[in-house]
Amino acid sequence: MITVNGEKLEFSGNISGLLEILEYNGKRVAVELNENIVPKTEYDNTIVSDGDKLEIVRFVGGG
Amino acid sequence: MIPSEREFYNALKERHGEELQKKITSAKVAVCGLGGLGSNIAIALVRAGIGRLHIIDFDRVDVSNLNRQQYTAVQVGNYKTVAMTENLKAINPYCEIVSETVRLDGNNIPELLGDDDIICEAFDNPEAKAVLVNTILEKFPEKYVVSGSGMSGLGTANTIITKQVMKKLYLCGDGVSDVADGTGLFLSRVMVCAGHQANMILRIIAGELNV
Repeated sequence: MITVNGEKLEFSGNISGLLEILEYNGKRVAVELNENIVPKTEYDNTIVSDGDKLEIVRFVGGG
Repeated sequence: MIPSEREFYNALKERHGEELQKKITSAKVAVCGLGGLGSNIAIALVRAGIGRLHIIDFDRVDVSNLNRQQYTAVQVGNYKTVAMTENLKAINPYCEIVSETVRLDGNNIPELLGDDDIICEAFDNPEAKAVLVNTILEKFPEKYVVSGSGMSGLGTANTIITKQVMKKLYLCGDGVSDVADGTGLFLSRVMVCAGHQANMILRIIAGELNV
């Protein structure tokens, strides 16, 4: 189990895969893994493991 | 007659208390994007007596901006940085404004924003928002970022809130209302979000890090 924005879910794979499953646009988010920001260039290389806590922040247009 | 610099400072000191005003007067804040959010945030910070305000935008004032952005009809066609500097100086001629007419991207952000303590993200494009926030959090873990996401349309203003979403990232807005949905942008709702952002920036300066 991992925790994403406070909600528990079953997932194994990389951050790009997680964003895809949760229907986030990878160009419009910031991702924190266990309280460390994950550089965009590392979304493919970063594997999410059991017990990890993620925060995914989504940006919408307008300002 | 325009008040002296001393009179300005004394008036702020009296309103805000000397200890807090000292903190505000020595703060260095960057407002990135001078549209509906940024123009309102910049005015709120200058009125509070911010020490140094760094304003950045690449664009010119357009007639379509006047529904919500703090410019006037005679400023249409001027760079927003130039027009906003004029407007801020008209409010407080002694405020220190550093303006840069440039499009921020992943390459120039570290160089241009290195001296600022708090970074305010006030873009309209969601991908540009993400680039700015990610770059600052990656390159400058000590800096605070206050970002806006979701203030479009005329839905209730009561869904616009401030959240601390990461250790150094505060997010203001309703999180969902996207201008791409065609609901438009109104000053009434945009300024609620701008107010949240300016307020969080002042709270961080005051050392109040909770929302």
